[in-house]
Formats: sequence, structure tokens, C-alpha cells
Amino acid sequence: MNQTNDAALAAAEAHNREFLVFSLGEEEYAIDILKVQEIRGYENVTRIANAPDFIKGVTNLRGVIVPIVDLRIKFHLDKVEYGGQTVVIVVNVEDRVVGIVVDGVSDVMTLSPDQIKPAPEFGVTLSSDFLSGLGSLDDRMLVIVDIDKLLTSDEMALVESVAD
Amino acid sequence: MDITDFYDTFFEEAEELLADMERYLLELDVDEPDSEQLNAIFRAAHSIKGGAGTFGFDALQKTTHLFENLLDHTRKGELRLRRDIVDTFLETKDMLSDQLDAYRNGDEPDQEAFERICQTLQRLALEEIGQDLDSGAPVASSPQSAVKAQPEPEPEAPVVQGAASGSDLRVVALLNVGEKDRQLLVEELGQLGEVVAHGGDEACYEVTLSSSVSNDDIEAVMCFIIDTDQIKIRDAEAGGAPEAAAPAAAPAVEEPQAVPTPNQAQAAVEPAPLASSAASVKTDSIKTDSEKPAKAKAKAKGGGESTSIRVSVDKVDQIINLVGELIITQSMLDQTVSEMDNVANSALQNGMSLLQRNARDLQESVMSIRMIPMDFVFSRFPRVVRETAAKLGKEIELVTEGESTELDKSLTERIIDPLTHLVRNSLDHGIEPPDVRQAAGKPRTGKLVLSAKHQGGNIIIEVIDDGAGLNRDRLLAKARENGLPVSDAMSDDEVWQLIFAPGFSTAKEVTDVSGRGVGMDVVKRNIQGMGGHVQIMSRPGEGTTIRIVLPLTLAILDGMSIKVGNEMFILPLSAVLESLQPSREDLYAMAGDDVVLKVRDEYLPVVAVHEALDVPKAKTELTETIAVIVQGEGRRYALLVDDLVGQQQVVVKNLETNYRKVPGVSAATILGDGSVALILDITGLHRLSREKKEKRRPERKPALEALTVKELEI
Repeated sequence: MNQTNDAALAAAEAHNREFLVFSLGEEEYAIDILKVQEIRGYENVTRIANAPDFIKGVTNLRGVIVPIVDLRIKFHLDKVEYGGQTVVIVVNVEDRVVGIVVDGVSDVMTLSPDQIKPAPEFGVTLSSDFLSGLGSLDDRMLVIVDIDKLLTSDEMALVESVAD
Repeated sequence: MDITDFYDTFFEEAEELLADMERYLLELDVDEPDSEQLNAIFRAAHSIKGGAGTFGFDALQKTTHLFENLLDHTRKGELRLRRDIVDTFLETKDMLSDQLDAYRNGDEPDQEAFERICQTLQRLALEEIGQDLDSGAPVASSPQSAVKAQPEPEPEAPVVQGAASGSDLRVVALLNVGEKDRQLLVEELGQLGEVVAHGGDEACYEVTLSSSVSNDDIEAVMCFIIDTDQIKIRDAEAGGAPEAAAPAAAPAVEEPQAVPTPNQAQAAVEPAPLASSAASVKTDSIKTDSEKPAKAKAKAKGGGESTSIRVSVDKVDQIINLVGELIITQSMLDQTVSEMDNVANSALQNGMSLLQRNARDLQESVMSIRMIPMDFVFSRFPRVVRETAAKLGKEIELVTEGESTELDKSLTERIIDPLTHLVRNSLDHGIEPPDVRQAAGKPRTGKLVLSAKHQGGNIIIEVIDDGAGLNRDRLLAKARENGLPVSDAMSDDEVWQLIFAPGFSTAKEVTDVSGRGVGMDVVKRNIQGMGGHVQIMSRPGEGTTIRIVLPLTLAILDGMSIKVGNEMFILPLSAVLESLQPSREDLYAMAGDDVVLKVRDEYLPVVAVHEALDVPKAKTELTETIAVIVQGEGRRYALLVDDLVGQQQVVVKNLETNYRKVPGVSAATILGDGSVALILDITGLHRLSREKKEKRRPERKPALEALTVKELEI
């Protein structure tokens, strides 16, 4: 009896995933922690002309040129400010390195499969294609973003599309 | 460790051996073959066979086996070489390359092709020397060659083969081996067979061994402890071999410090090439009766040539990146130190300037790793020219110049295809058939020169032929036929450039070699993609020179930093012609919203960088800006910038690695303060500014009218 319980627990734990939780304005988002390479401050970004407004430009990450995307602009948040607290999460997506600007990083959380609910059809700004689901944690709701899909999508204009 | 780990090494070595083989085959004088070259070809085949056997590449092993036997007959003078035999050999070499590629990709080679080449070789053997290759091979069919894992030319191989295999007595001579190692070795030999007797001194210690193990295996076992040069194995009863070993031992005895502690081991190895060459001359004379001292010299040279190492390009790129980082850090430090008090920190400042010098030197040395000589490219052309000329029925002499000129490896690889195309083109269209040449009073044999040289920061590669030259009238006629806008007043240069137009071919008929009209435009595009350009010089009846101008490297660029608004950009210095402050009377408005700048009787389109790239807070008053005259894709433009900052070498970083291609920008770089600056692409910038103007046309009218009015007032 005990053994089966342990096994079930272990199986459940194996399916638990860790997420990095960050905030955009009042909202809380989460991405798979395995995608995160590092977290750094927002500084020294070189603007790129004729790029969409949410692409802030490129920066030098130890010799590698990395594009910086501001998710706050992408998600049409009202307040977009850059200060000492502004954080860039450097993620690794399909062999590419991309930095995303967020308002703050709060913590790392473990979510079990039953804590992740399917995402409802959203509005226009954030297509549910880019969401893995909604995480519920006590009274908090985390929007779990499929960062791979989001950053490689055509509308992010980060990756050369095949048609080009 | 898995044996597959060694596959790559084998493939690369085999590839080099095949390249050598081809070179020797091409150099071979059919009527009077140089025995040294024949030996080299034989050795290459032999080494590949050995490796192929070890790794179980059957088809490759069998092919090389047949080939090797044939070569063996050739070098012994039993097979008289003819041109068509050399062609068959070259074909075999190609087949070996194909097989090698197949194995490299994890496939089995084409069985049909394999059988065909085997038949060809067998037939050749039967016809020429009346011998079946499989049975009648006296040399080199011994099984031990299959065990050889290191496909290097082994000067002492004949000695080994003379002894062959079998469970008879053998004498293993250990040269310059110390007491401790000697004991170990005797024990090791005991494992392989029965040690009948051993004795001698340090300089030459002889172990008589009764064993059925092949000599190569014995050698392989002992190589873990001592160097190959320190081992001599001979048959105990053999007549000629001991004599061969004796002179080998003699120079070794003269070595005064014969105890090979680690730091002396090298000293002990030194006389070895001498010794082995002495041995091989002796055995050669037994085998071939053609003793030539030149052979010994060449072989001794071959033994000491391993002065390079193979490193993956990734590793080199990583070093280059790191050094780039170091340079950036160094200039950051430099900036900080320069702001400090001079007197109190003089030691620090001296240290900084030393660091700067060292860092620059380091950067230069690292960059030079990527540079490889043009010989790498040119060496494949004798074959191309030979085959193309044969196909076209022309007589061509190929001359290469400046093979030692160095070029970045990534560029050398990319230049091969365009250059091959140009060479084929010259052979087909440029150089006339022998009869025509004779009638024109030229030597029957056409001359094709490939040359490479450095000029400034560029490398210049030329394909020069002494053929008929380009025909201006025919080019113009053809261009009209193709509907290209041409006029009789065009300069020669412009007419010559027509051959680069897509779908353009002046060949009267399409040949196997060229004339389909695809290609020349691709050549031009490829070369432009490498940051270079093509020039053509031609004189009717005297020949054509096609000149490719390329930057030396793609990794570093001489740049001019410019400032627009608060942003810094880099212009490739090679594109910058001059800079000047535009005066109002030299600026003309054109067609409403275009502006041209008059520079020495030439009207250049003006491209305002801040407009094209939406830079805020830039100077908008044209006369306050600085006009940088630049050249891109053969056209000139006047770029308007706020300030010139300075010249500097920058490390080129690809934007596409993590982002995408940006219009008007070719790449990025990292400045001394750690920030990123974009490197501008001149033609892209011009295109961008035109697109912008078209988009803005309706709303921008008033501003431009104002400019027009101003212009008109003056």
C-alpha cells in the first residue's frame, strides 16, 4: 500500500515542472526554467532601425549579439519604464539566445500537472497558441507562456521566416 | 574508447593522401616517371589500404589493394606508363574519394562502381603485365598491412615486408632503450611469443623472438613504451635485412647520452630519420635494383614533417571570439586608466601600454591561424584544366603564381566554385583551338595564369588567359537580343560587365563545359557575398584578365566609426572614398524629394543616414552634416552623417545568429565600451532610404518644397 503511494508520488513528482515567475505590470507570468540561461539588468541596448517597437535592439552578452524584446510593449501594457529594477531574462530558444524585458522576477515555483489548467481562448493580444496553460497557486494565477512558440512566431519578427 | 573515434582521423588523413596522390599523378612524366613520385603514390595507396583494413571498410580496402599492386608493378618498371593509364589511375583515385565519402556518411559505397573499377584495374593488369592481381602480387599483399592503424608512410615498411609473417625466429633490435624499459619490453615480447635469447648494450639490445605475431603487431605493442624509430625488427635467417639494420644502428651508437629519461628521449630520437633512411635505401636496392640517393633524402624529409596539428574551426573561432573580448576589456581598462592621475599611477599606465601591445599581437597571431595559403585552392586546378582542355581539344599550359599568399579559410572554401567557373570559362571561350591560334600567329599551346597577391587589406586573385579576348560587338549584339538596355557609347568596362548579367552567354553553341549562360551572374553574386568584387580587363586578340578583389578576412574589418544623433555606426573603410562638408551650392534637389551632391563634376545621390535609420536628434540641416562619399556595388553615394569619430579595426559579429537580417545593416560589432554598434551596408542603406521616401512622399511634400525653394533662390 505504502509502496504504491510512493510510486504514485514519485510519478507525480517526475511530472512536476519548475517555472520562473516574472511580473509584467500587475500580472504574473511563468516560463519553463530550463529555457532560462541567465537574468541580468537592462543596459546598453543598441536600437535597431525599422524593427517593431517591442524589439528594443541588441546588446552584447559576453561577445554574443543578443536581441532584446520588451514583452510589456508586446502585450500592450500601459506603463513601460526602464529603471534599476528592470530585468532582462535571457532565454535559450531553438539554439538562439534572446533577452526579454520584464518588470521583475519574483520566484521559482514547482507546479504539478493538476495545478496547470488549460488556457481559455484569449483575446487578440496574446493568442492561446503561445500559452501552455494557466497555473493556479493558492489565490495566484500564473500565465504559463510557451516561450519557444512565442519567440519563434512570425509576429515576433525575431526569426527570419521561411518566405523571406 | 571506441574504434569509431578514430574514423575522423582516418578520413582526414586518407583525404590528404588522396590529394597528394592526385598531385603526384598529375606531375608524373609519362615517358620518364620519377621513381620518387611513383613511390609516393604507392605509399599513399598502401597507407589508405592499411587504415581501411583496420576499420573494416572492405570496398575501399579491396580497391586500394588492386590499385596498390598495379602501382607496385609500375614503380618496379614492369608496367610501362601511358597517358591513358594515368587517366585510369586518376579515375581510381576519384573512386577512392567517392568510397571515402560514402563511408564518412555512414553509407556503403556504390557496389556497381566498385566492381567496375576493380574490373578495370584487373583488366589493365592482365593486358599490360599479363598477371592476375589477386594471386600474383609478390609484395604488400601480406596480411599484416591490414592491421596497420596509422596510415603514415613508413620508411622501414620494406624491411617489415621482407620478413613477412610466419612463426619463425625474429630479431627485435631495441635502439637506445634504457635498462628499465628494456625489461618491460622483454616481458611484453614474452607475451607475444617465446623469447629465445636477448642481450646487447643500451645502444642496440637484441631480442630473439619466436612468434607467429606479425611484425606490425610487435611494433604496435612496443610503441606504447618506446618510439617506432627505436625498434628494428628483422628475420633471424634473412640474408639482406641484417645488413640493413646494421647501418641503422651505427649512427645511434654515436649518440653519447643514450639513457632515455623523459627529457632525453627526444635527443635519442633525433638520429632516427637518418638511420631509417639508410635502412630503406639498402632494402630498396635489394628490391628494385635502382639505388638513388635522392630517395633517401626525400624519405628522411617525410619523416620529420609532422609540425602541424588539426584543430576544429569551432575551436579557432572560439579563441578568436575570446581574444576579441580581451581586446574590448583591455580598451575599457585603458579608458579608465587614462582618466587617472598620470604621476601617481605611472607604473599602472606602463603596464597598460604593455598589455595593449601584447593584446594586439595576440589578436594578430590568432587571426593568422585562420589564414591558409592559396595553394589549397590552386592545387585543384591542374586537374580541372587537364580534363577541360582534353574535352575541348585544346592545348593549355597552366601557370600558378603566388600560391603562398594567405587567405581566410572560410573565404578559400567559398572561392573555389566561382574560380572553377571562371577557369572553365576562360578555357572554353577565352583560349582558341590550336589551329586558330596558329593561324593568328600565336603558339598552339594556350597559357592560363592563376595568380594571387596581397594589395592593401585585400587579396587579388586573377585568371589570365592569352586567348581571343572579349568581343565588344558581339556582347552588345547579344545584350540587345536579350533586351538589356545598352548603347554603343558604353565604356569597355561597362560592356565587359555585361557577361555577368543573368542568362547571358555569347557562346555560339552550348558545350559540355560552359555556355548555358547560368553561372557568370552566380559567380559575381558569390563574390559580392564575400564582400569582394570582380573586374575584367580584355584586349582583342591578346587575352582577358578577370580579377577578383576580396577582403583578407571576414572576421575583422577596418571600419570608420561615425556618429548620427547619439548613435554610433561603423562604415567599412574599404567603401569610404572621402568625406567633405557639403556646401549649399553643391546640393541640388531633384525630382521633388531627391537630393544630389555635386562632387568634382559628378552628381551623387544623397542618402541621409538619420532618415534611413530613423535616428532621433540628428542634424537635419544639410550643410551642417558631413558627407561621406562611399562606393557600393560599383555606384557612389554621399552619406550624410553628423560626425566622423575615427578609424578602428572591429571584430565582425553576425546579427543573424540570434536575430535576423536587418535592412541597411550588414553585421554588428562590439565597441570599446562594451556596447554594440551596427556596421552599415551601403547599398542596403540607399535602397532603404528610397523606400522610405516613396512611403512618405504625400506627407513630406511641404518640407521638400521648402528645400527646393531654397535651392532655387541661390
